[in-house]
Parts: sequence; C-alpha cells; structure tokens
Amino acid sequence: MTSEMKPILEIEDLSMVFGGLRAIDCVSMHINSGEIAALIGPNGAGKTTIFNCITGVYKPTEGTVSIVDSDGGKEKIQGLKPHLINNKGLARTFQNIRLFSNMSVLENVMIGRHNSLKGGILSAIVRDRRTREEEQRILDESYEILKKIRLDQFVNETARNLPYGAQRRLEIARALATDPFLLLLDEPVAGMNPHETKELEETINLIREQEKVTILLIEHDMSLVMNVSERIYVLDYGRLIAEGTPLEIKSNREVIKAYLGE
Amino acid sequence: MRQNGLKSEILGSLAQAAWFTVLLFPLIVMKVNVAMSKATVQFRWSYLPIIAIASFVLSFVWRRALEWSSTRVEKPAGSSFSSKIMGRFQIFESNKTIRLATVALFVLCVAVYPFALGMYHTNIMITALIYVMLALGLNIVVGWGGLLNLGYAAFFAVGAYTYGFLWKFVGPQFVSAGFDTGWLFWIALPMAGIIATVFGVLLSLPVLRLRGDYLAIITLAFGEIVRMVLQNASDITGGATGISLIPRPWFLGFKLPPKQAATYIYYIAVILVVLTVFIVRRLEDSRVGRALEAMREDEIACQSMGIDLVHNKLVTFALGAFWAGIAGVVLAAQTTYINPDSFTLWESVMILMAVVIGGQGSIPGAIVGAMLLKLLPEYFRPLAQYRMLIYGIAMIVIIIFKPDGLIPRKRKSYYFVKKNSADSGHEVRV
Repeated sequence: MTSEMKPILEIEDLSMVFGGLRAIDCVSMHINSGEIAALIGPNGAGKTTIFNCITGVYKPTEGTVSIVDSDGGKEKIQGLKPHLINNKGLARTFQNIRLFSNMSVLENVMIGRHNSLKGGILSAIVRDRRTREEEQRILDESYEILKKIRLDQFVNETARNLPYGAQRRLEIARALATDPFLLLLDEPVAGMNPHETKELEETINLIREQEKVTILLIEHDMSLVMNVSERIYVLDYGRLIAEGTPLEIKSNREVIKAYLGE
Repeated sequence: MRQNGLKSEILGSLAQAAWFTVLLFPLIVMKVNVAMSKATVQFRWSYLPIIAIASFVLSFVWRRALEWSSTRVEKPAGSSFSSKIMGRFQIFESNKTIRLATVALFVLCVAVYPFALGMYHTNIMITALIYVMLALGLNIVVGWGGLLNLGYAAFFAVGAYTYGFLWKFVGPQFVSAGFDTGWLFWIALPMAGIIATVFGVLLSLPVLRLRGDYLAIITLAFGEIVRMVLQNASDITGGATGISLIPRPWFLGFKLPPKQAATYIYYIAVILVVLTVFIVRRLEDSRVGRALEAMREDEIACQSMGIDLVHNKLVTFALGAFWAGIAGVVLAAQTTYINPDSFTLWESVMILMAVVIGGQGSIPGAIVGAMLLKLLPEYFRPLAQYRMLIYGIAMIVIIIFKPDGLIPRKRKSYYFVKKNSADSGHEVRV
C-alpha cells in the first residue's frame, strides 16, 4: 500500500473569497492514488466550496489545483471550465441531488458517457453504422455501470421517481460513467437510513477496488467516514485544522473543539 | 372532511361571487346615457343576479376542477382513459397490414387534400404547416434545451426577408441573365436556413450566461430589434410596406396560376414538414438530443458530466433558428408579400403556445399544438372576437390540469436481454 502512495491531485494555498467572506483560507491538501480520503468539518466550514473549486464550478481566488501524473508532472486545472475538468478525469456528485430528473435512469448514465463518443448533429441525422454502434456501445456500458451500482431494475424509470437512496446511488453511477480517476462524493449518505448507508459503504469500497478509482468524500456521517477512509482532512471556518488517519483525528483536540466547542 | 371541503368551497364561491358583483357593478349594471349633452345613469338591475349566479357557478366549477386535479391519483397503467385509447392503437402498431393501410390512407388524405378541398383550405393548411415547422424548431430550443426564447419570430423574419431581398436585389439581374424567377425560391430555401442559423448563433453568443427570465427578456428584445430594423430601414427593407410581388416557385420551369401554385407550395410544405419531423426524430434520442435535455434539466450537473454548455447552447439556437428560416421562405412564397407585421412578438408567443399546449419536448405535441392553434381559429371565424379569451382560458386550463401538454414527451425505453457475460444488450423500442 505504502509503495503506491503517490499523489494524484494537489491543492496548494487554495483560497476562495466571496465579497468579504473568506470561505476557504489557504488550504493545501493532496489526494493519493487509490486511497479513500475524507473531508469533514462542521456546517459551513467550506467543504463543498473546495469541491466547487476543484471541479471548476467556482474559480478560486488564489492558489492552485493540479493533477499530478505518474512521473510527477503537474497540470494546473484551477479556473478551467467544469466540462474540461471532467474530461481530465475528475467526476463529482452533488450535496443536493442534481440528477436530470425528467430523464430516465439509463439516460442519466448515458449523459455521463457523452464524451466517450463523438457523433455530432450530422451523424445523428444520417445514423450511419458507426453512430449506431457507438450508441449501442454506450447503452451496454451504461447498463453495466447500473448493474454494478445495483440500479439495473430501474433502467427505464424516470430519475425523479426513484427512492431517495437510489437517487444518490444514481448520481454516483452517472459520475462513474465519465471514466474518472478521481471521484468526488459530496455527502453521499446524507438523509439515508442506516441500512442504505451500509449499502452505500459497500458500493464505495467496490468502486475503489474494482474500478481503481480514487475517492474524496465529504461526509457528516462519522461512522461511514471512520469505516471507509484512510486519511481525513478536517476543515473549520475555511481553514484546515487537522489531517491524519481516522484514529489520529478521533483523538485530535482541535477537531473535538471545532465540533463540540470548548 | 369531504363535507367540510364542499362547504368551504361553496362559501368561497359565494364570497367570490359577491366580490365580482361589486367589481362588475359599475361596468355592467350601471349604464351612462349621454343625450343632448346631459348624462343620465341608467341602472339595469336585471343584470345583477346574472353576474352573481354566473360568477358563483364559474368559481364553483373551477374549485371543483382544482380539487379533482389535486386528488386525482395516477391510475395504474392500462386503466386510464388515454392508455385505453393507446391500447386500441396497439392493434395498428402490431398488425402490419392494418398499420400499412392506415399509413397509406393518411398519405392519400394528405395527397388529395388540395384537390378535394380547394384553394381556400389549401392556403389555410399551408399556414398551419408553416407553424408546424416553427413549433418543431422552437421545440428544440424551449422543449429540449429549456431556453425560453421569446424572439423566435425574428428568425422566421430572417428567413422570409432572405427570400425577399434575394428577389428585390438579385431578382432583376437573375431575370436579365435569362433565368426564371421561379428558381429563386430554391436558392432562397437553403440560404435562408443558413442565414437564420447564423443569426441563431449570433443571438446565442450574448445570452450564453443567461437563463430563465433574463434569457426571455433578451430574446424578446432581440425579436423586437429585428422587427424594428425591418420596419425602419426603409431603403433596404421597404419599411412598413415590406416587399411585394415575391415570386412563387415555378414547377419545372412553368409559371403556375395562383391556384396550382398554392397546391404546389402545399406539397413543398408537406415535404419540408416530413423532412423536419424526420430530422428532429433522429435527433430526439441521439447523443446531441440527450445533451440538450440534460442542459434543460440541470446546467451545473450537465457541465460537471463533461458536456460543453457553450457548444450546447450554440447548437440549440442554431438548430432552432434553421427551421424558422426555412419556414420563413415558405411563408414569403405563399403570401408573395412580406412586411414586419407578420413577425411581431405575438407570433413568437403563438409558436411558444403551440409548444406548451402540445407538450414541451414532444414532437407529436408540437405538431398537434401548432395545428390546433392555427386551424381552429380559421374554422371558428364567427368566434374570432373571443379568440384571445379562448386562448387565455385554454392556456390556463392546460397549464393547471395537464402541465405536460396534450401529448407529453414519451421517453424511449430500453430493454436488455440477459445473456452471457460478453453480451451486448438487445434494444427494443416501445
């Protein structure tokens, strides 16, 4: 395990200022290849803001976000458009579910596969053999992903009619469909019951093992965080106050103070 | 509980009736007669109970309908009225001969229409077909892309004026070079499509960041700007008088008399509509169409899934504008006369209404919506003065009771047959 502890994403001195509010203040962190890292902190600590900065929804005020390739070369991605960042292999889910709710479950996943094909307007109209094959290919691939996340019984269901837990899983399936190397999960089990949480925990482990996808998750459910993550970053008022293994974090005084007060 | 609801409904309706009576009293009961520079007020008391009863009944019916709508449960598949009808239609789909016969009958009806019903009806149908094209085009922008466009008539105008300008400025040289003017139509058709597309892209550039209300306002302004330019640049566009004597298309080098020309344009319009339907059907469940719908559903999620929003919006506006341009040429050819009055905000609103009434995003919906909106007023001319009233009521009723439109968008279903590990799913259309 330790031999492959190579960073794949590095965040250096990231700051995000909204008007007079420093939502994130000089945060530096890195994600190692193949790990599950967690980002925790009290409400309003700036966790989702960090996600938005990484995925291009926000342009960070200062600092850099870079993808590190296997040779250690860095490619800065901060400030790029979200779709370009996604194309580089970063996919995310959203805290408040953002599915394409009037489209079917399968179509949601197919949107994720959008960039794995090239057909434009003309090929859609002509519908030549290549386009048909491509279409069939992403149909199959999307179905495979749904099967893996165990949503295949809902294939033709409209996304908004899905049970809550399934909607959260569909978000993950859709993000996976974009073939990411890093998956950013924003509160994946928020609002789920213990049973659903357990299921999702299995799904997360499965994704990491089978898909070789690195995962960074934001979560308030401490049992999930402690169970699945290998490293934890703790954020409070936009500043990083602790970093370490679950055990270290559990006994960290700063963290306890941030959560419980003095 | 139920009894209680009914009681409160009656009370509410009574209150409303009382309010309406007061409100309408000075308008309907009181009548001012001016005779010999002296005004006398005449009270028509017999109208009072009529107002009261009418407003009570209307209010009560409306409340019942709302109640019915909110408590209506989604019936299980197969038992609702519409699915029963669809069940009947299943026979048409499953039985090949019956299906072929229906299609053949339909094609025959469309083909003999101008001969059976004469020029008047043919012209009405051409207008309706033009609207079908427009509605299908706007359906791409509003129904799929979710970008509310209130200036759609501008693209329609661009198409029509492309033909107009071509006739006005190139026509003379064309004729002196020894060509028939009837060919201009065929040059104008693709040209208008392309120019309207360019305009669509031009409009989409400044509105890339906008959504919802802001987008609606900007597109509305764009539509009015185009109309104002057409109206005021008199030297080029002919101003309010427009461009007249635009040639109708000739048939194989023969100039046709008006009646035959109308028939000919009817067929051209039919073919163009068929072409439009074919193309939008192809786009509907394709990679492009899916991306547009994802954009409508959630822009942020759509971007985060790797879809380029800028490109997507350009495509949406360009595709939508293209059909409006084509429709514009057909309009210019049919009426042989165009002026800015044909491209007012009201036109844009009408097309939008066709899309909303038919069902946003639904292709058959857009067709039916456009047909209803164009044909019904023609055949109910005696009710023409109530047209706005009826439109308004129809809109309210549909938005409240059938928000997905008359023919809601039906999503494509996929079925996967379980096979061995290295299988490829089998896809069936429903």
